[in-house]
Amino acid sequence: MTFRTLALGTAVAALATAATAEVKVGMITTLSGGGASLGIDTRDGFMLAIDAAGRDDVTVIVEDDQRKPDVAVQLADKMIQSDKVDVLTGIVWSNLAMAVVPSATAQGLFYLSTNAAPAQLAGRGCNANYFSVSYQNDNLHEGAGAYATQAGFKNTFIMAPNYPAGQDSLTGFKRFYEGDLAGEVYTQLGQTDYAAEIAQIRASGADSVFFFLPGGMGISFLKQYADSGVDLPLVGPAFSFDQAILQAVGDAALGVKNSSTWSKDLDNAANAAFVAAFEEKYDRLPSIYAAQGFDTANLLLSAIDKADVNDDAAFQAALKEADFDSVRGSFSFAANNHPIQNVYVREVIKEGDIFTNKIVATAMENRDNAYVGDCKM
Amino acid sequence: MTFSLILEQVLNGLQSGIMLFLMAAGLTLIFGVMGLINLAHGSLYMVGAFCAAAVAGLTGSFVLGLAAALAGAALAGALIELVVIRRLYARDHLDQVLATFALILIFSEGTRWVFGSFPLYLDVPDALSGPVALPLGIQYPAYRLAIIVVGLVVAAGLFWLIGRTRLGIRIRAGENDREMIAALGVDIGRLYTIVFALGAALAGLAGALVGAIQSVQVGMGEPVLILAFVVIVIGGIGSIKGAFIGALLVGLTDTLGRIFLPELFKLVMEPSAATQAGSALAQIAIYVLMAAVLVWRPTGLFGARA
Repeated sequence: MTFRTLALGTAVAALATAATAEVKVGMITTLSGGGASLGIDTRDGFMLAIDAAGRDDVTVIVEDDQRKPDVAVQLADKMIQSDKVDVLTGIVWSNLAMAVVPSATAQGLFYLSTNAAPAQLAGRGCNANYFSVSYQNDNLHEGAGAYATQAGFKNTFIMAPNYPAGQDSLTGFKRFYEGDLAGEVYTQLGQTDYAAEIAQIRASGADSVFFFLPGGMGISFLKQYADSGVDLPLVGPAFSFDQAILQAVGDAALGVKNSSTWSKDLDNAANAAFVAAFEEKYDRLPSIYAAQGFDTANLLLSAIDKADVNDDAAFQAALKEADFDSVRGSFSFAANNHPIQNVYVREVIKEGDIFTNKIVATAMENRDNAYVGDCKM
Repeated sequence: MTFSLILEQVLNGLQSGIMLFLMAAGLTLIFGVMGLINLAHGSLYMVGAFCAAAVAGLTGSFVLGLAAALAGAALAGALIELVVIRRLYARDHLDQVLATFALILIFSEGTRWVFGSFPLYLDVPDALSGPVALPLGIQYPAYRLAIIVVGLVVAAGLFWLIGRTRLGIRIRAGENDREMIAALGVDIGRLYTIVFALGAALAGLAGALVGAIQSVQVGMGEPVLILAFVVIVIGGIGSIKGAFIGALLVGLTDTLGRIFLPELFKLVMEPSAATQAGSALAQIAIYVLMAAVLVWRPTGLFGARA
């Protein structure tokens, strides 16, 4: 770059800054350790939208929380106090969100969730500065329950790890499942061997299995289940079926049904453009985390165009309009700032050498969440 | 709950115990012979799984993958012994813990740097996929049976090595009095490197065998490491026999506890709460076992040292 273009660039940047107030975004997400693939997809999806917009009035600071609540809290404090960010986003895990979000919104910051959306923040703990752009945590489990009912399953075996999100998962499934339960099992968080549970499934007389085992737990379970000779239909939320996981599971996942609010074959122009741009830039297929990151960035950009981030009431209203083209098609916010959207059923298929999902049914249309009534804003 | 289900769960417990033994054997040898607490043992397990996944992915052969796991983990073990561990023998346990913890971080981020953040694919070989029919109507995965057999063969080989060979005599002598065998002309430095590489190879083998039915990802070794420490404390530090019995006890307690404690609670509570409480209790069952053994025998089941 010559000195002249550099000077020109600086002058243009200076002009742009003068025209609009600059918005600083702090992204706290998981970029190392076991859950890194989720945070990397979140960041890449988010930055794809920011870069495509080509604006210089938005700066994004990205930091790695290592999936540790204490690190996330320190990063949030640093971003709020020394970086002076206006908006925080990016946290993948609900326990980290619970550690960061209430204190950030209490300090007057905006928090846009790209993934984690625990019940506490949707009900009594809701806040006018907090928006979940992903879903409410129960939604995918509710979708799986609704699908199990539609598919005519009468005796399902349900299973999740024994921690708050696992308990919410089984509660969410049961909310819309009308059949009987062949068994209800809590596994250990981080468990890698499911031989004992699979033997129980075989002995239970179930006609289907619902399981919520995110990350490596799902990989282990699916491989062991396929190898066990038990042949009951499997249903789960999308968390065990994102692009990264499917390649590691291989054939064992083929045909499994999973509930999701997004899929790469969802038929709308914004999604087609997103999938193509993501593949072009990163040379891999996007996951639901990337899609949610992308939507979050576009929502933020739409609100920045309408209102000043320092004017709380106006910026809240601008966000709430959700005036952007979501890759999930129809998208709006319920009274408690959580999405109203469809929940789909996907099936795992193989496209060439790549394992991926395709939509086979709609489990729930325009689903909000169970906590709207508890939220007093 | 039928008899055959109980029997199947016992098999599951045995299988997980035998895999734990492969991890614990190396750990207890290294602690027994060199007095070293090696937290990086779980990283060697991970190295084994990644080597197996990478080589099996390239060549399509699971056996070559296993060979690569053994070689890769042994090489990594020998390397860290020569470069890092060797400087720690004379230090106290806190320094060893700090240095080997640093090795965990280096191995984890190094693996991510080489293989990326996404889990790798490693599947059971075609010949062993699917279940086989056992007596009493039990359907059991062939691969898990193979793991039990391989584990038992390795255990037998290890007992033979320690009990019947010259190397084994030196290892046992090194455990008892390292100055004396050094004075008798045994190259103690080389002996340590060999023991360390042997322990690492066993961990790598366990990682590769288990990697085929679990998820090959960064950080997969640490949960197993904690269990392996429980095993060697129960079995008595430095004892291979203790590690074997301890591993089977931990594997069986963990598996059977997970299944039967929730069932037990269901007799007195409603099902949803019973599974939660039972599962929570099952999580601590092996630590209760460890505490009970230590009260009964403070040096572990077969521990010689005070």
